[in-house]
Amino acid sequence: MPTFTLKVFRGSPTGGDFRDYRVDADDGMVILDLVHRIQATQAPDLACRWNCKAGKCGSCSAEIDGKPRLMCMTRMDLFKPGETITVAPMRTFPLIRDLVTDVSYNYVKARQVPPLRLKPPDPDGKYRMMQEDIDRAQEFHKCIECFLCQDVCHVIRDHEDHKPRFSGPRFFIKAAGLDMHPLDTLDRTEFVRAQAGIGLCNITKCCTEVCPEHIHITDNGIIPMKERMVDNFDPVVWLLRRFRGGRQEPA
Amino acid sequence: MATPAYETHEHDVIVIGAGGAGLRAAIEAAAQGVSVGLICKSLLGKAHTVMAEGGIAAALGNVWPEDNWQVHFRDTMRGGKMINNWRMAQLHAQEAPDRVLELERWGALFDRTREGLILQRDFGGHRYARLAHVGDRTGLEMIRTLQYHAIHQGIDVYMECKVERLLKDGDRVAGAVGYWRNTGQVVLFKAKAVVLATGGIGKAWKITSNSWEYTGDGQATALWAGADLIDMEFVQFHPTGMVWPPSVRGILVTEGVRGDGGTLKNNKGERFMFNYIPEFFKGETADNEQEADAWYADKNNRRTPDLLPRDEVARAINSEVKAGRGSPHGGVLLDICTRRPADYIRKRLPSMYHQFKELAGVDITKEPMEVGPTCHYVMGGVRVDADTTQATVPGLFAAGEVAAGLHGSNRLGGNSLSDLVVFGRRAGLHAGLYAKNFAGALRVDQAEVESAARAMLEPFDRSGGENPYAIQADLQEVMQNLVGIIRTEAEMRQALDKIEGLKERAKKVRVDGGRVYNPGWHTALDLGSLLTVAECTTLAALERKESRGGHTREDYPFTDDAWGKLNVVLRLRDGRVQVSREPLPEMPPELKALLQERK
Repeated sequence: MPTFTLKVFRGSPTGGDFRDYRVDADDGMVILDLVHRIQATQAPDLACRWNCKAGKCGSCSAEIDGKPRLMCMTRMDLFKPGETITVAPMRTFPLIRDLVTDVSYNYVKARQVPPLRLKPPDPDGKYRMMQEDIDRAQEFHKCIECFLCQDVCHVIRDHEDHKPRFSGPRFFIKAAGLDMHPLDTLDRTEFVRAQAGIGLCNITKCCTEVCPEHIHITDNGIIPMKERMVDNFDPVVWLLRRFRGGRQEPA
Repeated sequence: MATPAYETHEHDVIVIGAGGAGLRAAIEAAAQGVSVGLICKSLLGKAHTVMAEGGIAAALGNVWPEDNWQVHFRDTMRGGKMINNWRMAQLHAQEAPDRVLELERWGALFDRTREGLILQRDFGGHRYARLAHVGDRTGLEMIRTLQYHAIHQGIDVYMECKVERLLKDGDRVAGAVGYWRNTGQVVLFKAKAVVLATGGIGKAWKITSNSWEYTGDGQATALWAGADLIDMEFVQFHPTGMVWPPSVRGILVTEGVRGDGGTLKNNKGERFMFNYIPEFFKGETADNEQEADAWYADKNNRRTPDLLPRDEVARAINSEVKAGRGSPHGGVLLDICTRRPADYIRKRLPSMYHQFKELAGVDITKEPMEVGPTCHYVMGGVRVDADTTQATVPGLFAAGEVAAGLHGSNRLGGNSLSDLVVFGRRAGLHAGLYAKNFAGALRVDQAEVESAARAMLEPFDRSGGENPYAIQADLQEVMQNLVGIIRTEAEMRQALDKIEGLKERAKKVRVDGGRVYNPGWHTALDLGSLLTVAECTTLAALERKESRGGHTREDYPFTDDAWGKLNVVLRLRDGRVQVSREPLPEMPPELKALLQERK
């Protein structure tokens, strides 16, 4: 049974440091199993969030050896037996304790995204959508809200002052998913520009790299939105859209 | 100890739990124009619903126009071995399609048929392909849809807040008291009506698909507040949980694998389910491989035994393993790789593909999965009125897994997500109406609040005493070994003795550290409800001297018609859990007739 040293951040908003825990790992274990083992045997008050332990709920986000990851999907066989591994809380959000951070920023931003505004149904009262028309939006619906993309995004990670006017990659794809919903009638370009601050994103793709659901956040979400923003300022496109009766701006 | 300070919030309705049922209840209560507080133990959007995979059952008739609520009602009653509350089963089957279409209107993007309608997949015990789904991540779609709808309805959300006790004014409910997990501060909620939507009890078992949250909080607090529990002996062991490696043991493998063509095999390569078709399902189950495989495309054939209800499949796997025909790590093999193309598997079961690849190093498009039973769901819980979801305590409502009745002795896959939205809506509606008609003053007894607060903080003041994790692990061992899939009187008596011992140990549990986000303390407090529901399940299981659905007695191996007319009822009287038998509500003749028909 290999033994590892986990250097786990222990502390509160007023300060803290990394503490070493020697832990045995059984076959197939992940970082979260070792954190649970530390709780059960060495530090019962070690604070961490978790729920599903299968990469479906997005609760156990942390920075493992400096990389934003889900603790439940980080297998110990990624590391050499005996290795020392650091486990730190997400840096972008204010610390509550140990590995738990205050992610309320994300819940504030969630409420700002203009919700779905649906077309009327077909004459028989049903809504019809073709699978190929929802594939794109379904990709964004895979998001488990682990907020790792938010954590790694340097716009907010390194610039606290951007937080009020920048929603972050999670909410760009939320808006993109709504805009790509075949039955939605609202245009969120202005929201994404003015309120969500997409202009601050310079597409370094860090968000895409850390996404545990492998969502193409930048290529399929952010870039098309940025392109649409440009289109909207193109007078020819604007005229064409008026002519054809395009989407409405949010009220 | 000095009386701890606490903060107070007041709402017309509080909803405890923010999975599918809690969110749907909060939305409906808010629509009644009353003030609503939604309290959840985790962050919003992380509740157990997020882990649901296969789909939501509703007789939309998009794939098989022959399907209708009557067939869904029949399947649900038969799956539950006829002990279901017939009225709940009727309402559920009738209203599920509207609730699914409502989710679509709120933004859910279900997979589509070629005509652009909601696609439906086959699942165990359902006569027709009935489950609306999004690949194998239907629960995620559902909770996100409800969550993003709810945040625009003026609901106050209290995240990472745990309710410890319900409060009453005389007979009626008056609120709840709990604590904030991230500060450890005590909090009082005064409320005219309380909706419980707290989910299940699966954390009392060692091998479980349930997360840390499933500690029976709703069942236990309701019991302590004087409400009846029923059917607590019926615990569902899902036939297919992961078995290897040990760290993932119990994690769910969706029934959708079998719905989409996967089959169970033993270590001799035999499709053993053909040997386990019970008399009750003979008429509708294929007895040969050819017919079973043809059933997927043509429903004139009888259904494959791989898709018998979950209790049957779990027992069959258990028997195969006991007979020495199991897989290398003590499960059986679930094979879809030889039966469906790799692209199809990745498209239909992306999350299973990902889960096995990343956690077990198994490519399910090339190798079979190793699976075995895992504790998954409790059919029993708070006894409710079918139409209003009101418990036997006025002002207390319950919906979703915490409530009992709909599923009888065994729940069909897909009927949980539909349960959440059908009865979540009803709970929110009737809690809202109850709050509007509430007469007199809303009073809580301050002394009761203070004593609850002191009880919460006691573990900090103890010296000596034990680590809460050790007690929880010992309880899980007891329930796994003595009150598992196959039960006997002697073992359950032993379990009750052991639970008494664990209760004594829990009274002396010690907590290290402070009140801010302290999981050791949270685990210590959860022991109260976990031990209560473990005792309730064991008592009810001892009482029911027959085998039915999720309750199998080695000493009473047959289903007994006399027991088929009775619920086991649990209530707290003078500090002890009383067990009694009460008759099921009588089903009207026109519904009885539906059960006789072949179609």
